[in-house]
Amino acid sequence: MEYSTGGKTVANLCIKNVRVIDPDNGKDDICDVYIMDGLIESFHQSPAGFSADFTLNGEGKWLLPGAVDLWARLCEPGLEHKGTIHSETKAAAAGGITHLCCPPDTLPVIDTPAVANLIQEKAYQSGYAHVLPIGAITKNLEGNMLSEMHALQEAGCIALTQLRGPIKDTKVLLRCLEYAATFDITVFFQSQDAALAKNGVAHGGINASNQGLPGIPSTAETIALCRDLLLVEQTGVKAHFGQLSSARSVDLIANAKARGLAVTADVCAHQLAFTDDVINGFSSVHHVLPPYRNESDRKALIEGLESGVIEMICSDHQPHEAAAKAAPFAVTEPGISSVETLLPSSFQWVKQNCLGENRWVKALTQNPAQLLDIDAGHISEGSQANVTLFDPEGTTSITAENLLSDGKNSPWLEQQLPGKVLLTICDGHISYKG
Amino acid sequence: MTLAPANPAHQLQLTEDGQLKHFLTTEGLSKSILTEILDRAESFVGIEKQAVKKVPLLRGKTVVNLFFEASTRTRTTFELAAKRLSADVLNINISQSATSKGESLMDMLWNLEAMASDMFIVRHQNSGAPHFIAEHVTPHVAVINAGDGRHAHPTQAMLDMYTIRKHKGAFENLSVAIVGDITHSRVARSQVHALRGLGTEDIRVIGPKTLVPSSMETLGAKIYHNMEQGLSDVDVVIMLRLQKERMNSGLLPSEHEFYRLYGLTEEKLAFCKPDAIVMHPGPINRGVEIETSVADGPQSVILKQVNYGIAVRMAVLSMAMSGQASAAGLSDTTEGVE
Repeated sequence: MEYSTGGKTVANLCIKNVRVIDPDNGKDDICDVYIMDGLIESFHQSPAGFSADFTLNGEGKWLLPGAVDLWARLCEPGLEHKGTIHSETKAAAAGGITHLCCPPDTLPVIDTPAVANLIQEKAYQSGYAHVLPIGAITKNLEGNMLSEMHALQEAGCIALTQLRGPIKDTKVLLRCLEYAATFDITVFFQSQDAALAKNGVAHGGINASNQGLPGIPSTAETIALCRDLLLVEQTGVKAHFGQLSSARSVDLIANAKARGLAVTADVCAHQLAFTDDVINGFSSVHHVLPPYRNESDRKALIEGLESGVIEMICSDHQPHEAAAKAAPFAVTEPGISSVETLLPSSFQWVKQNCLGENRWVKALTQNPAQLLDIDAGHISEGSQANVTLFDPEGTTSITAENLLSDGKNSPWLEQQLPGKVLLTICDGHISYKG
Repeated sequence: MTLAPANPAHQLQLTEDGQLKHFLTTEGLSKSILTEILDRAESFVGIEKQAVKKVPLLRGKTVVNLFFEASTRTRTTFELAAKRLSADVLNINISQSATSKGESLMDMLWNLEAMASDMFIVRHQNSGAPHFIAEHVTPHVAVINAGDGRHAHPTQAMLDMYTIRKHKGAFENLSVAIVGDITHSRVARSQVHALRGLGTEDIRVIGPKTLVPSSMETLGAKIYHNMEQGLSDVDVVIMLRLQKERMNSGLLPSEHEFYRLYGLTEEKLAFCKPDAIVMHPGPINRGVEIETSVADGPQSVILKQVNYGIAVRMAVLSMAMSGQASAAGLSDTTEGVE
């Protein structure tokens, strides 16, 4: 598939002595990178006719493929009081992201080509990142009737999903998967059993019980995941499992892969950092779905990434206006503003030697790009320049003023995370410069 | 591992020098604070028998009863407690007010604060709501939790502690059993925290697994599913109210089966120590969780509990108000130093 972002000046630039980490091409070298007319022109010598608009000293810095985020809400259309395509793609660029998928829970829902087209058009005009809409697999995400899947695919929907919402019954789910398989459409799952999760706002463990908060047990995820895996096996649909939260889910995905099922999985960066201990102060910024679970789950998620059972890290960016979080915990809206912390919040596990550098880069670039089957997640000579300049020794200070997202609901406010995005180049133009 | 700063309720409700300035939960309160509440309540008992049923501790203060959930007894005892402390009391029944028209809790609070309120007594259906309000009110406004979701009902727990002390003296060597729907009970959670704080080691919770969360063990309670074992030689048995809707949500097969297994009958009461007292936060369901002859019998202290409610609430209101005054005094001193 071909994507481009519109209307921006393409710069000619040279980054000297930078460490290029590109797992897709098996490249990990220190070199001089020349970007000309929007393309990665050369890794060694100045190409003929090249005149740099500016030159950067890349010493000690890493040049990574632009990050590909599988789940990031832009809130437009319909929820512009939380964020807009312009504000949130700009924030994504500041997070080192060049490509992102936006889920269909907009108003109206992405269940018609018109909405999918509107989002892509607006994103193109903003020009900060490639936006790949994920369509709804049922009409209005209601779980009753199939959406016009083929039309959505033609309109640029990169995958289809029901998100965490229930589908009327297992038979309708089976039909959805069969129909999607007909057109080789990838289905993104966020497995959750509706009855077990009903009214829940936190992990159904000790902390929720002691705080008197309605819980969502891990089995809400694993029971649905078992069902979904079996239906994927039956229908042969291309399937990806998003936002795992429990250790048993990692096991289930590993087992499915072991028996030859070609499924993939991702985890939210914040799930690697927090456990449900944080809900003890009723702090609504920690109201997220799936909920933070316990320490053994958190560790299993990091180990799952390191072992390759989980291939990708996503932001599950969900910006909110202040009022959405200014209420008693259970009635606040779930989710955190997280595109800008995607890289540093996950890089801390590299710093702590829990996750290999290569694994980390792949999980953010090559693996999601391959899942989506897009020309991204690599730094190849002659290809569009979609890259991120990252300082592994820098620190990112998160404050409400620094965040470009309209949503200031970050759990890392007033804190520092290791590593810093210095520059993001999307299709050869500078989409972010710190 | 990175953790965002949390503000557990038991830190939020204390001043820097450890006095009560809000009353949100019994969790984490020291024995000395819990005992101070009981002692102060003791000093207020009997005030209704005086010719002038008032003390001037909250004179000139405006107390707002902010009830987002229906309540008769808790609200009226709080109202009487505040009035006997000479406060002006405003009762706001939220089902009739602006939140049902879409006004946010924050906007409502700011409006009430603009009326120069000094204290909010809050009952809310959501766990953590009083905590949220305490975090957002202007400094020097006290927040008292009158019951939030399934989280806490600390004044009810303290009047139960008062009742226990009245009849049993010390807490250290007592065996206390709490029976019934623990899962949905804010009262049970607050009772367990208060009992732990006061030094009771043997705390038991009794009920079927659908009504007793395994997490109770982390609070220091032992779990029993059988009344004969659970009530064996206890000094205090606290029965909880069983809500009718529990049957519809599949937590119990029937009232009949619950009564047969966990209803406090004279026969089951005999498992307790002979001088055991029977308590119930009310309102009671006769023939569902307790036999009439037990509820009205010689070991029952259920009606006495209600009497102590006003004195305990007077104690808490006056302590929180003086905690706020002292917090204000402390910050004034700091400003002076600067």
